[in-house]
Amino acid sequence: MKKTIFALAASAAVMLSGQAFAKTKACFIYIGPTGDFGWTYQHDQGRKSIEAALGDQVETAYLENVPESAEAQRPIEAFARSGCDIIFTTSFNYMDPTNKAAKKHPNVKFEHATGFKRESPNVSTYSSKFYQGRYVQGQIAAKMSKTGVAGYIASFPIPEVVRGINSFILGAQSINPDFKLKVVWVSTWFDPPKEADAAKALIDQGVDIVTQHTDSTAAMQVAAERGIKAFGQASDMIKFGPKTQLTAIIDEWGPYYVERTKAVIDGTWKQQDVWHGMADGNVEMAPYTNMPDDVAAMATKTAAAIKDGSLEPFTGPITKQDGSQWLKAGERSDLGTLLGMNFYVKGVDDKLPQ
Amino acid sequence: MMDVWISIILSVCAASTPLLIAATGELVVERSGVLNLGVEGMMIMGAVAAFATAQVTGNPYLGALVAIITGAAFSLLFAFLTLTLVANQVATGLALTILGLGLSGMIGEGFVGQPGVRMDAIDIPVLTDLPVIGKLFFGQDLIFYASIALVIGVAWFLFRTRAGLMVRSVGDSHSSAHALGIHVIRIRYMTIMFGGACAGLAGAHLSLVYVPQWVEGMTAGRGWIALALVVFASWRPGRVLVGAYLFGAVTIGQFHAQAIGVAIPAQFLTSLPYLATIVVLVLIARNRRLTMINTPASLGQPFVPDR
Repeated sequence: MKKTIFALAASAAVMLSGQAFAKTKACFIYIGPTGDFGWTYQHDQGRKSIEAALGDQVETAYLENVPESAEAQRPIEAFARSGCDIIFTTSFNYMDPTNKAAKKHPNVKFEHATGFKRESPNVSTYSSKFYQGRYVQGQIAAKMSKTGVAGYIASFPIPEVVRGINSFILGAQSINPDFKLKVVWVSTWFDPPKEADAAKALIDQGVDIVTQHTDSTAAMQVAAERGIKAFGQASDMIKFGPKTQLTAIIDEWGPYYVERTKAVIDGTWKQQDVWHGMADGNVEMAPYTNMPDDVAAMATKTAAAIKDGSLEPFTGPITKQDGSQWLKAGERSDLGTLLGMNFYVKGVDDKLPQ
Repeated sequence: MMDVWISIILSVCAASTPLLIAATGELVVERSGVLNLGVEGMMIMGAVAAFATAQVTGNPYLGALVAIITGAAFSLLFAFLTLTLVANQVATGLALTILGLGLSGMIGEGFVGQPGVRMDAIDIPVLTDLPVIGKLFFGQDLIFYASIALVIGVAWFLFRTRAGLMVRSVGDSHSSAHALGIHVIRIRYMTIMFGGACAGLAGAHLSLVYVPQWVEGMTAGRGWIALALVVFASWRPGRVLVGAYLFGAVTIGQFHAQAIGVAIPAQFLTSLPYLATIVVLVLIARNRRLTMINTPASLGQPFVPDR
């Protein structure tokens, strides 16, 4: 009898120690396919850098094309049950499903991208200040545009997208106060033909610079075909418009993903809310191409100023679209207004869908 | 100003063509009494096949041809399961879509992030340079002209030929057709493959003309819209044409409305193509008796010949 108990205890000890050496599993929920060459592609590059950096200590898994609805709950929970130690949910509307799943699985760490709800201690949120890059793009657009009107293909009227639009027009107006921006909403993150249609419509309406907040390279190709300039989104799209792309905002998720997964392995993971930007290397600009040297020099200078903190796009004086004053001269926006931005600034030629 | 209008009409043609081709193919399938919900899957297989072939050989026309063959071959899987093994058509069709979306992603993995080979618009000296009509009638891609020819051809085939009558009779009552000595299964094999070929060509249009690139899931639901068009068009080729172009026109039109700054919520405008198409096709299909006559009575029913 004694022997049996001893054997049981020994095997339990072996099992426990086996547990301790088990790989940490990092799992990802994606809104689109990893092959979109935009948003999801960049997140997947981040996942791959976890494998590269942490090697045998980790294993990773991912699910593509998970809809942004209550339906997202099921795959997130399935991941939580299947032994994932940390789950990254990489789109805004996974916010509620992520928080619900986190309550049910307190031992699993959740990281939600671009959201703001952290309802239990095992949920962190993270985002990047893409709007910093938009400001640089706006300045370039104002220098390069002949018609003084740029087109913006937008997905959904959420703060992240609105922030990008506002930052772009503020950048443009810092060069040309009369610069105008036409916005077209496509109500999807990923639908290449539809994104192409939107680009065509904008160009037919007289814009000569196209920028987008959707996930594919379709708009870049249309711009190339029509012989105008465009900005890449989320990844460097220069191959789709060698004579078209001015620059692109590149999302670098890798460092953050490695850091957080490592924290889980080390047992130092804590809830946090981070908003990294150019200064942290999370937002990079693709090389400035297809523009005169002085414009490229200006863009480089602006990006450097944003990086060292001497320039913040949302610094007053800024007037809202309805004519009321938002920020006084020299005043910087508070974080809350930025995170929940639901209004346009002056110069946006569109009515914000609510 | 004229140039802008022509450019808009050309965008409408591009938006409508893949829907028209896929829907026309599915119309023939359903006229023979088979419901193939795998249009989306066959379409994306066509898209990846066309892109890969064009990329490797540099020839977009060869790409389109391979897409047609791929679509037909892929639909053969559906035909074998539903006709020979008498599997449930709805479930098999859905499975075909899921398989197509996944398989195409796997095949196309190496092609992600590569700019594709574009199928250029045709250019006929003198004719293409004619004012206004030149660009529309003599300056588009070949798949556009193929789509128009396809609708006319299918309408003529279904309602003016003996073979077409046989297809329709199989769709209306497969047991009667069988009793008359018509080979139901063979006809259905052929219509399903025709539908697959059309879906493949529609996919080729997406990845060679519309957006010359390969990205996973790039059909983004167009196969489902094609399926809906067939039903709303009450199985009439002419109405499929109307429906596809209406959908395309409203899709493009609402983007222009947004760009001009029309004060209508963007969410409503983006749903407009779906609403408008449904409303118009419901209106033109109001004559119930005519709709009944056009509905293939054996649609979706399995057929096992009694010997």
